[in-house]
Amino acid sequence: MKIKWKKWMADYGLFLLVVICLVSIWEWVVRAGGVPSFILPSPSSIWRALVEHRDLLLGEHLPATLIEVLIGFGLSLAGGILFGVGMHFSNLLEKIFYPFLVISQTVPLIAISPIFILWFGYSIWSKVAVTFLIAFFPIVVSTYDGLKAGGDEYRELLRTMGAGRWMMFKKIQIPMALPSVLSGLKMAVVYSVTGATIGEWLGASEGLGYFSRRMSGNLQADAVFAAIFLLSIMGIVLFLTISFVENRLLRNVTRGR
Amino acid sequence: MLSINELTYAFPGTGPIFQKINLRVEPGEFVSVIGPSGSGKSTLFKLITGLLEPDQGEIGIKGVYLGARLGKVGYMPQKDLLLPWRTVLDNVMLPLEVEGRRGSLPEVQKWLSRFGLSGYEKAFPDELSGGMRQRAAFLRTIMTGKELLLLDEPFGALDALTKRNMHSWLLGLWEELQKTVLFITHDLEEAILLSDRIYLLGGPDVQEWKVGLSRPRNSEQIYQPEFIELRRELERLIHHEN
Repeated sequence: MKIKWKKWMADYGLFLLVVICLVSIWEWVVRAGGVPSFILPSPSSIWRALVEHRDLLLGEHLPATLIEVLIGFGLSLAGGILFGVGMHFSNLLEKIFYPFLVISQTVPLIAISPIFILWFGYSIWSKVAVTFLIAFFPIVVSTYDGLKAGGDEYRELLRTMGAGRWMMFKKIQIPMALPSVLSGLKMAVVYSVTGATIGEWLGASEGLGYFSRRMSGNLQADAVFAAIFLLSIMGIVLFLTISFVENRLLRNVTRGR
Repeated sequence: MLSINELTYAFPGTGPIFQKINLRVEPGEFVSVIGPSGSGKSTLFKLITGLLEPDQGEIGIKGVYLGARLGKVGYMPQKDLLLPWRTVLDNVMLPLEVEGRRGSLPEVQKWLSRFGLSGYEKAFPDELSGGMRQRAAFLRTIMTGKELLLLDEPFGALDALTKRNMHSWLLGLWEELQKTVLFITHDLEEAILLSDRIYLLGGPDVQEWKVGLSRPRNSEQIYQPEFIELRRELERLIHHEN
């Protein structure tokens, strides 16, 4: 326990110290009257706003955004991996869809999102669609690239043992692709939070993105910051969740690399 | 066990590496293939395993010339190619998994200890020494259950001392192994010490050379005048060929 704590401090102690310093300076600058509070609220007033709106924020808006993120990310995960594997196995699929995939990323998200509102209305699905559009790409690419990565010699060895394509896929390619897939997932899960927030800005009746936009309209900067704070906490927690899964899965895969 | 008749093979766009070569390995024999780099030793192995198909000629394993050769012989590549994310035990069991067989654990345990790997079942390849990795890869080849084993320079990357140990170990194991081995090496001493016959690759045709040493052998024999004379004879043969 003590050793764990020590290691934790060694890893994050410096970061924590800098955060504390920055927040203190921030608080001091605002209190000293350097910046008006509707431009940059002080950390303490952000905290007060968080406490004041806690029922709305934690009871209504946070769960709404979280659900959008989880559904959008879940669909990207399933679709992205399926597509990545599909493109790996089928040249035809790759030739047809890879360009589309790249194009889908060059279209500005903000520009295309109103179309989703047009299609899906103000329901949760317009937000899920934006999330999906943004999270799908890193997952497909990381899966596809991960499966391509090397391992030819291992595959030859398995072929001499009489292994078929599926067997090689299972024993060699999946383990070798895992590191890449999981990096993709880590990016995708953070993007998902961005996606859901943008979706909410464009049209929603609940969610942290919607809340921050409404509060910004009211010039309540402290409440806007409170929502942003919760959004980034959400992103961090989701990221750490994937990292945890990664550590579990990759304990041995990355050996010897 | 293995017969290669009139085999011709060329990589696309280059001249032929093999031109109508013949090669034969009898059951229970230990046969070495030597030759300079680029003489096609590894290519020969890929042809025998079925990773490559000959342009002309035929390759028969246990008298069967037709059909797929993949999965018919045990192949040990130049690098150990142990899967880094699998333990020694799981690596060794890989051929059984591929074939969907279930191995008996006591049997595998017996082999592991015979290969000096007991106690390392749960270790990962990066925790093993070079010699141990090589033995694990060799055991994996044995676990294919095939009678004919193709070993591509298995001891090539080892230091001289480890190599010497591996020779004594392999000579001690040879009688109980009951396998047929085709063995690639650069090392003449190794070839003479281990094999019954040697094929010289690199000329227009392969040349065959019988090793006149009785079995069982031990690794001390390399110091005997008889052995040194054999080695001189083999070197002369190689120079003559070039």
